[in-house]
Amino acid sequence: MTQKTRNDKPQWRRLRALIVKESLQIIRDPSTILISVVLPILLLFLYAYGVSLDLNHLRIGLVLEDTAPAARNLAESFTDSRYFDVKIARDRRELTHDITSGAIRGFVVIPSYFTEFLDRKETIAPIQVIGDGSEPNTANFVNNYAQGAFANWMQQEKVSKGLRELPRVDVEQRVWYNEQLESRYFLLSGALAIIMTLIGTLLTALVVSREWERGTMEALIATPVSIGEIVLGKVIPYFILGLISMALCVTLSVFVYGLPFRGSLGALGLVSTAFLFCALALGLMISTLSKSQILSYQIATVTGFLPAYILSGFLFEIYSMPYWIQILTYFIPARYFVQSLQTLFLVGDVWPLILRDIVPMLLIGLLFFWIAGHKTVKRLDG
Amino acid sequence: MINRILSLIWKELLAVLRDRRSRISILLPPLIQLLIFTEAATLDVKNVPIGILNRDNGEQGFELTQRFHGTPFFNRIVYLKGVEEIGPFIDNQKGVMVVSIDEQFSRNLDHNQSTAIQVILDGRKSNTAQILSGYTISIIEQFNKDYAFKAGLKPPNTQIFPRFWYNPNLLYYWYNIPSLVATLSMLACLVVTTQAIARERELGTFDQLLVSPLTPFEILMGKALPGVLIGMLEGAFLLAMGIWGFQVPFTGSLALFFLSQFIFVTAISGVGLFISSLSATQQQAMLGTFVFMLPSVLLAGFATPIENMPSWLQPFTYIIPLRYMLVISKGIFLKAMPADIVFHNIWPMILIALFTLASAGFFFRKRLQ
Repeated sequence: MTQKTRNDKPQWRRLRALIVKESLQIIRDPSTILISVVLPILLLFLYAYGVSLDLNHLRIGLVLEDTAPAARNLAESFTDSRYFDVKIARDRRELTHDITSGAIRGFVVIPSYFTEFLDRKETIAPIQVIGDGSEPNTANFVNNYAQGAFANWMQQEKVSKGLRELPRVDVEQRVWYNEQLESRYFLLSGALAIIMTLIGTLLTALVVSREWERGTMEALIATPVSIGEIVLGKVIPYFILGLISMALCVTLSVFVYGLPFRGSLGALGLVSTAFLFCALALGLMISTLSKSQILSYQIATVTGFLPAYILSGFLFEIYSMPYWIQILTYFIPARYFVQSLQTLFLVGDVWPLILRDIVPMLLIGLLFFWIAGHKTVKRLDG
Repeated sequence: MINRILSLIWKELLAVLRDRRSRISILLPPLIQLLIFTEAATLDVKNVPIGILNRDNGEQGFELTQRFHGTPFFNRIVYLKGVEEIGPFIDNQKGVMVVSIDEQFSRNLDHNQSTAIQVILDGRKSNTAQILSGYTISIIEQFNKDYAFKAGLKPPNTQIFPRFWYNPNLLYYWYNIPSLVATLSMLACLVVTTQAIARERELGTFDQLLVSPLTPFEILMGKALPGVLIGMLEGAFLLAMGIWGFQVPFTGSLALFFLSQFIFVTAISGVGLFISSLSATQQQAMLGTFVFMLPSVLLAGFATPIENMPSWLQPFTYIIPLRYMLVISKGIFLKAMPADIVFHNIWPMILIALFTLASAGFFFRKRLQ
């Protein structure tokens, strides 16, 4: 009887022993250091430089079939554009090969009859822009920048011909919180969510399922430690590892990659704690459900890593997704984490928004924990 | 020798496919990924809520707001009542853009003076913001054109005609699916090959293999070929899903596609075995996989185009096999890519395959001694 009551109450001494054992395991395994230190550094680097939505040089072709001054003028507005790297050709067949191989992303055709049609009032002088549709996003940019270059040329023509100026509406654009429109500013928040998912979910799932796979979990259960102590003993070291990694990432983002940090450290701590809680709970749940390392890895990738990458809204706009996937994103902790990180980095402590993000994360975490605990207890009974 | 390799391959395939859970784990994740990626991974921007603050009481301001209503891009418009509402609206992410029309708008236009509208964008979502701003500019351009036409100015007699080859409607999933066929078969192949040696080593059965009459070369082949086989099958399965399930046009040569796919998965198997031969445990092998996979997926040109990267980083993408297969897969699907361009992208993968298989063999043999 006394034995049983001792088992039910968590004891600090036993818990500490477990935490020490787990921490030693973390420190001794080079792969944990790899994932919590090397991988974050690598990922931040990749996101800071490798992943960019900011096009600087679009390689396009220009087919100049017409060599009259008006056509040359127009061609210049394309070659002068700072967005384009232009390759000039006389014949469009020269460029077909390039667009198939991906050496250029589109081309502009100024047809041989351009000036002739321009001088006649009743015909429309056409310019053709061809974009490589196999890269839809880039193709859109080719089209937009071409329209811009064309509009510039039209404006110049108007001025040079002394046409009547009409009043027009202009657009004054102001971008709050990210004046330079740097995609790095919001992509790095996404990278942080991915790193935390890797540490919280993937690593925990692997470590716990390894104990099941090797049979050491049964050995642990047979000792006087309670299941609550085992779980806490596993979770606490990884929680601390996650926080350390988070601190490292934030420091790197701010001091190396030049991200502003306009929120408070307290808020950042709260948000990270809530997210790590979720991620760890998910990892535990996966490992108790699967008990094999390969399967845990697969499930952790599909339920933790991929959603953090695709469904968190840091790269792909959630509003543009089909309705059923939008519903799904409400159950993805990374969605809330990315949103509050972006706000903390770029705007500041917007408490209504941050609380709106923390509460769902805690609820999701509790749900995962409950499932994990439920499954483990059942296993012990059976 | 062939017999021995074949029986080793058979044993490896059985080890992977006999267990129902691991069978599911090889087939189900790629399917889920294909579905979710295809539906969700789009850089298109639509249905994004925006705010309009119209402080103008005149006809022109009203007409302009109607134009925002009329486009399919903006179907969730919130009307703000005052300037003080703009801050909270953006801060709390109720919308990504606010269009503000001031009191002078109609009056200025009616007095033949140019005027402006303000567009406030949320920089936390700079890509979405830029695209929304593009939509807004085109609405305003049309407004200006129509205004000029009403004022009796003749429209210019030149026009620009955009056309998109290979994907006329710029459907994003036509881009996603060919890319995913390559990316997901890479992942499936990696899962099998990275575990091949590490798992046996962790379970202790690797020593049994060593005392068998198999030569190191035979063991290497026996470990590499199941990965190649699974990568080919996965590729064929995803290809079929793409063509028949999602109706993406397949314009090129099937033979060229499978030839490239074979060389691609061989290169990936080489990488997988290389990682496996370096790892002592399954966990190390899996983490090693991540260290290879993440840069591959991020830098190969799938997430964002390679030409956006700084020029000093671009040469690093030449050692990523996925980079070449993405070009080939998209090219054969959509562009009917001719053989010469395909071969131009194949030979780097051959080099990578030779290099990784050779080094896997080297490390593997070093461990034997």
